[in-house]
Amino acid sequence: MGHAYTPGLRVTAGTLIRRERRLPLKGTVCVAAGAEVGPESVIARCELPGNVQTVNLAEKLAVDPAAVGGTLLKPIGSIVSRDEPIAEARAMFGLMRNRVVSPADGTLESVSSVTGQLLVRERPIPVEVNAYVRGRVVDVLAGEGAVVESRAALVQGIFGVGGETHGTLAIATSGPHESLLATHLKPEHRGAVLVGGDHVSHATVMRARELGVRALVVGGFDDRDLRELLGRDLGVAITGQEELGITLVLTEGFGRIAMAARTWELLAAHAGRVASVSGATQIRAGVLRPEILIPLSSEHGAHAPEAEGGSLELGTFVRVIRQPWFGRLGRVVELPAELAALDTEARVRVLVVEFADDHTRATVPRANVERLAG
Amino acid sequence: MIPAPESIRSILATDCGSTTTKAILIERGEQGYRLVTRGEAPTTVEAPFEDVTRGVLNAVREVEELRGRKLLDGDSILSPQRGDDGVDLYLSTSSAGGGLQMMVSGLVLQMTGESAQRAALGAGAIVMDVMALNDGRRAHEKVRRLRQLRPDMILLSGGTDGGDIKRVTELAEIIAAADPRARLGAGYELPVIFAGNQSAAPHVTACLGSRTALSVVPNLRPSLEREHLGPARDAIHELFMEHVMAHAPGYKKLMTWSPVPIMPTPGAVGLIIEKVAKRDRLAVVGVDIGGATTDVFSVFRVPGAPEPGATVFNRTVSANLGMSYSVSNVMAEAGIANILRWVPFAVDEVELRNRIKNKMIRPTTIPQTLEDLVIEQAICREALRLSFEQHKALAVGLKGKQTARDISDVLDQSSSGGSLVDLVDLGLLVGSGGVLSHAPRRAQAMLMMIDAFLPEGITELAVDSIFMTPQLGVLSTVHEQAATDVFERDCLVLLGPCVAPIGTAKPGSPCVTVEWAPDAGAPSRHAVAFGELLRVPTPGERGRLTATPERGFDVGAGKGRPVTRTVRAGVVGLVVDARGRRPFTLPDDTGARIARLRAWNRALDLYPREV
Repeated sequence: MGHAYTPGLRVTAGTLIRRERRLPLKGTVCVAAGAEVGPESVIARCELPGNVQTVNLAEKLAVDPAAVGGTLLKPIGSIVSRDEPIAEARAMFGLMRNRVVSPADGTLESVSSVTGQLLVRERPIPVEVNAYVRGRVVDVLAGEGAVVESRAALVQGIFGVGGETHGTLAIATSGPHESLLATHLKPEHRGAVLVGGDHVSHATVMRARELGVRALVVGGFDDRDLRELLGRDLGVAITGQEELGITLVLTEGFGRIAMAARTWELLAAHAGRVASVSGATQIRAGVLRPEILIPLSSEHGAHAPEAEGGSLELGTFVRVIRQPWFGRLGRVVELPAELAALDTEARVRVLVVEFADDHTRATVPRANVERLAG
Repeated sequence: MIPAPESIRSILATDCGSTTTKAILIERGEQGYRLVTRGEAPTTVEAPFEDVTRGVLNAVREVEELRGRKLLDGDSILSPQRGDDGVDLYLSTSSAGGGLQMMVSGLVLQMTGESAQRAALGAGAIVMDVMALNDGRRAHEKVRRLRQLRPDMILLSGGTDGGDIKRVTELAEIIAAADPRARLGAGYELPVIFAGNQSAAPHVTACLGSRTALSVVPNLRPSLEREHLGPARDAIHELFMEHVMAHAPGYKKLMTWSPVPIMPTPGAVGLIIEKVAKRDRLAVVGVDIGGATTDVFSVFRVPGAPEPGATVFNRTVSANLGMSYSVSNVMAEAGIANILRWVPFAVDEVELRNRIKNKMIRPTTIPQTLEDLVIEQAICREALRLSFEQHKALAVGLKGKQTARDISDVLDQSSSGGSLVDLVDLGLLVGSGGVLSHAPRRAQAMLMMIDAFLPEGITELAVDSIFMTPQLGVLSTVHEQAATDVFERDCLVLLGPCVAPIGTAKPGSPCVTVEWAPDAGAPSRHAVAFGELLRVPTPGERGRLTATPERGFDVGAGKGRPVTRTVRAGVVGLVVDARGRRPFTLPDDTGARIARLRAWNRALDLYPREV
């Protein structure tokens, strides 16, 4: 493949981002185009149809399925309460009266003369979608939601868990190489998006949650700790729906890996500002990465819209993303056209990278680097 | 319009996979049809491109450059061929965008539920869930599940013809109550296929006709003794094109480029496996291990079938067992200890877990060090083993069949429905997918398959050289000769036969003697002790193989009885696996295990140095 390298994660000081805020079902949009919104502004709301409970009237009343319609005490479409009688039939030559009560608060939805089943639909479940990030509504999706636009600094992580949240950005460690420890956590971090260095442990994540920290952004995390955090081994990277009480974003990967300097510097430069964070990750089908968005005020000037793509050229700044140089950063100094044999004997396209820290050089498969764009 | 087969000089075929779109160019020459070149490019069905044709054009452009022939006319494929430009036929398969995701339902999980599952899998679908009246879930739980899953299509079966109507209608009512939405395209109705008791069809239509795109086809289980999956499979293919593909990004355009319907990738691979089994009269197992899923296909004889030699085709997909997106799930399902048992060196568990997760989040990376390759191949063994376990559980005879039983059998559902997978009968094992097809040494692919599938007796092994079986599968529907030519000459790489005696003994005691008489070269004789692996080069095209097991061991004809068979030679050679079967075990002691693994690796010359 001509383009076998992994596109890098975006770390950019300023860009125009757009986030579509959409309901799962049609509902009411609560904002108009041009409206200024904050992270908690309600964009749209709807009611999800309630769960369905089935009641086998034919069996409970000992009547033929074709006759169950006649046993209903209220017409289809009526609102009923839990334990309210909803159907009745006489048995034992009319001497006994059998009654069936509603299993839930809801509506009588339908009755089948084939199966003798009555469906009771539980009350609707209200759902709201908020703006998530401070910005302006630039498009209204009729009955579904809106598009919020914001000029923001953007850091994409490689993996995250936990849903959307927001809070004041705070730097907890002295630099990107220092691990985030429980001793770094302070009461004033309640409600914050806290940035650590190369690693955080499960115990520290738990302590941060106790303190009311809303999100942690660190370089690396151990998979063993992820299993403890989730209570299971994560098989497929589809996250964001977990109810953990805290959102965790990894900027580099699993293990102890210093946060890339430019990521650290960008986050540090915005300490004290409000950041919106999402841990949602989906590697397959859509390639959704976790993100930290820091809306900028007007004095930050105009910025280019979000850009995608880019190519791997001499001088491109890259990160190696697999052993034996996993996590190291450097610049591309050679892009040989011919295939090269690896230690494994596989013949693949490679590049030569000069590492930023010690200026040594290494040959790496092109598939094993990612471009650090911004 | 599909051109007449004899007029076709060149064929361009693409397979749009979940990560990569692969293009192959086939041309007719003096020796018939041959693969001339291939190209690939990242699949572009997802954001930010959301147009599958861009990936197709990029892959074709690479073919153009490599072959030095013009194949594209701007943003479309040049067809028919004019002079040296263009191709006479273009066709494609697809598993991009998550493939075809289905939910199936039947009355009883082990009967119509299982038949419906086989119909969907055989058509190339991923079965997200099987809903049945006896699946242990209450109605509202089923409704909630249907809503969460958002399948591309639902296959509703249940009841034998003339049988239960009421409970089949009940299933339809559950689907109606859920009012499920299709995964792609909010504005179209979800396709539902009803292939159950035909007497229930009017009730099902009354229930679902107005709120879904309902198709009624003949019952897939007309009686307990008979499974009739063809019409349901055909309907799945048709609706896949009409509804699902038509709403996937860019597919409308792609469909106009080819006169042949786009086929789901696994459906196309299944076609080839069936054809090979039929032609060579062999029981065949095929496996395709991808980044996200692993498909297993098999064709085995039906024991006790009224017509002799009757075979049955089965396909299963292990939706979350794969080498990149799903690699972490292999670890979750197999357990770290099962992966580590194949690694001939000490590895820190925390470090290994992190490595596997890093592969999951950066799925396109490749092993650079030999140790990393060995770990990846250990994971592959476990992914294959688990996928085959799942296949054996579904490739079974019909359950619920009326057979002569005594009273003790009456409540034992499993007395019918035994696994059809008979490893002694298995004649050919074919592997494909990057980790097998691109293994730096072919012997590595061979041992990965032997370790995972544990073939018994005498079995030939092969790999798909560059994973082009999907394209050849769809090609076989319109030009069988071209598909066969390319499959034989350019696709299938024979690795060699494997002899694996069933039985166990003390390490070092006599196990089996093999005599190999090739059609070219001198014959040889090898006595192999229990616990050992032996590799014998096999020059020429085929040879006569005689395996004489010691008393207590069986190579297919009974304990101690020799078997002689003419088999095809391979690039690896004859492998005699005297490590035992039923059970196959590895030493519990770490030091002893590592020593055995290293000895086996040396015996097969598996790696360039000891790891």
